[in-house]
Amino acid sequence: MVEELKQVHGEAILKAESYLGQNYLVVDRSVCHQVIERLRNQFGYTSLTDISAVHYPKDELPFEMFWILYSMAKEDRVRIKTRFAEADEVPSITDLWVGANWLEREVYDMFGLRFAGHPDLRRILMPDEWTGHPLRKDYGAEQQDQAWVQKNLGIESGQ
Amino acid sequence: MKDEPFYEPLEEVEPGHTFLDSTELTLNMGPQHPSTHGVLRVVLKLDGEKVNGLECIIGYLHRGIEKIAENRTWVQFGPFVDRFDYTAAVSNSLGYCLAVEKLLQVEVPKRGQYLRVILTELCRLASHQLWLGTHVLDIGAVTPLFYAFRDRETILNIFEGYCGARLTNHAFRIGGCRWDAYEGFSQEVTKVCNDLMPKIDEYADLITGNRIWKQRTKGVGRISGEDCIAYAITGPVLRGSGVRWDVRKAQPYCSYGDFEFDIPIGAAGDTFDRYLVRLEEMRQSIRIIRQALEGLPEGPVIARVPKVIKPPAGEAYCAIEAPKGELGYFVVSDGTAQPYRVRVRPPSFINLQALEKMAKGGLVADVVAIIGTLDIVLGEVDR
Repeated sequence: MVEELKQVHGEAILKAESYLGQNYLVVDRSVCHQVIERLRNQFGYTSLTDISAVHYPKDELPFEMFWILYSMAKEDRVRIKTRFAEADEVPSITDLWVGANWLEREVYDMFGLRFAGHPDLRRILMPDEWTGHPLRKDYGAEQQDQAWVQKNLGIESGQ
Repeated sequence: MKDEPFYEPLEEVEPGHTFLDSTELTLNMGPQHPSTHGVLRVVLKLDGEKVNGLECIIGYLHRGIEKIAENRTWVQFGPFVDRFDYTAAVSNSLGYCLAVEKLLQVEVPKRGQYLRVILTELCRLASHQLWLGTHVLDIGAVTPLFYAFRDRETILNIFEGYCGARLTNHAFRIGGCRWDAYEGFSQEVTKVCNDLMPKIDEYADLITGNRIWKQRTKGVGRISGEDCIAYAITGPVLRGSGVRWDVRKAQPYCSYGDFEFDIPIGAAGDTFDRYLVRLEEMRQSIRIIRQALEGLPEGPVIARVPKVIKPPAGEAYCAIEAPKGELGYFVVSDGTAQPYRVRVRPPSFINLQALEKMAKGGLVADVVAIIGTLDIVLGEVDR
C-alpha cells in the first residue's frame, strides 16, 4: 500500500512508519485529502475514527493534524498526519464523510485551524463570541475571555 | 340607527404575516429539558408537527478536560476520565489506562485483565439499564424505569464494595487494578448475574410487545448502515443498522478474545431494533461475566509500574467498546510525567451528529425518542 502511494504521490509521502504496532503516514499538507480519499476508495479504509490536532509551538510548522481511519475488512487502523503553520488551510474531508463536520468544527474551536471547503465552520463547544483557542499550548489553563464572562455571566471573573 | 358595526373593524392582514400563517415555526428545546438527558439544546424547525430540520447546540457542560490533562501528571489525570461518560465511568477508566499502558508497553497480569472485564461488563449492564429506564420513560412508560433502577442498584453495590464509590469510581490504575476482588466478590457477582438474566426477560415482557411502544419506535429514526459509516457512528446504533462490528471482536483488548459471546445486530436500523440490540447486549455481557468469573486466574492484579509514570516520547491510539460506542484515547507523551496531549474520541459526540439526519421528516415527538435511542451522555459530548 505504501509503495503504491509513494508511486503516485512521490516525495509528498514523507514517512510511513509504525510505532507500538500502530501504522502511521506522515504526508505533505498538499496531498492529505488525496491520500485519505485513496485510502478510503482503493484500500478499504472506509471508516473514519477521529480527527484532531496537536500543537508544538516551538517547531517551525507548529500544528500537527491527524486523521485516524479504520478498515472493517482488514480490521486495521491507520493514522495520517500532516504538519502546517497557523495561516495554512487544511482541506476538509466532509465531502468523504459527513461525520467529519463536527470533528473539524471542534478542531477549529480548540486550535483555531481553518478547513478549506467546510460547509459550516463555527465554534462548537465554546461560545461563538469567545476569543482564544483553548487547546493551544500558549493558552493558559486558567485563562478566560474576561470580557465575555463579564458581559454574559454578569460576574467579575470566572475564576 | 346607523348601520355600522359595533366593533372596530379588524385591520386587514395579508396572509403569511402572522406566525399562525407561517408554515415554519422555530422551536427551542432545552438546554434544560428533561428528555435531553442533560444540557443539550436543540433548535427545531417545525411545520406543524413535522420536523423540517434541527440544529444541536452543545457545549454547556464543557469543562476543558483535555486541557486539564496537559496540566496534570499521567496518574493524576486518572480520576478525571470518569467524568466523561459518568454513567459508565469504569469504561472510561479502562480506555485511558490501556492507552497509557500501550505507551509504557506494560502487560497487565491475567487476573487484572479478567477483573477489568468483569467490572467493565457490569458497567455496560448498568449503563444500558439507565438507558432503558430513561428512554422508555421519555416515550411514556413509567414503570420500567423503576425496574431498571432497582436492578442497577445491585450492580452499583458491587462497585461500592470493590472500591467504595458507586458512579465515578476510578476503578483501574495504570498497570492494572488497584484492588483485588473483595471477599465474596464472585458469589455476589454470580448472584447479580443469575438474578438479572430473568429480569431482562421481564423488561422485554413489559416493553417489547407493547402496542404503544411499537408504534412509537418502529420505523422511527431510521438510519442505514452506510449512513452510519458516513456519520462515523459506532456502538449499538451502528449494530442496530445491521453492521456487525464491535471493537471487542475486531481488535480484542484485555483478553476479550478468551470469551465466547455474540454481537447482536438489527435489521431495520430503527429505534425498535436498537432497543432489541441493547437488550441482547445485556444478555451477552452476563455471558462474558460468567466466563470471566469461572476462569478468573490467581496471581497479582497490577503489573509493576514505577511510582512516577513517564512514558517514553511517542504517541498511541487505543480504543475500547464503551456502552455508547467506540471510545478512543489518543495520547501523546514527550517523555515527562505530564501528558503532552490527551485526545478523547467521544462516541456520544459523534453519534449525536446524526440526530438531524434521523429526525428530519419525522414528528416532533420522535425527536425525544431519537435522543433516547442515541444514548448520549452530555458529559461526554461536551467534555
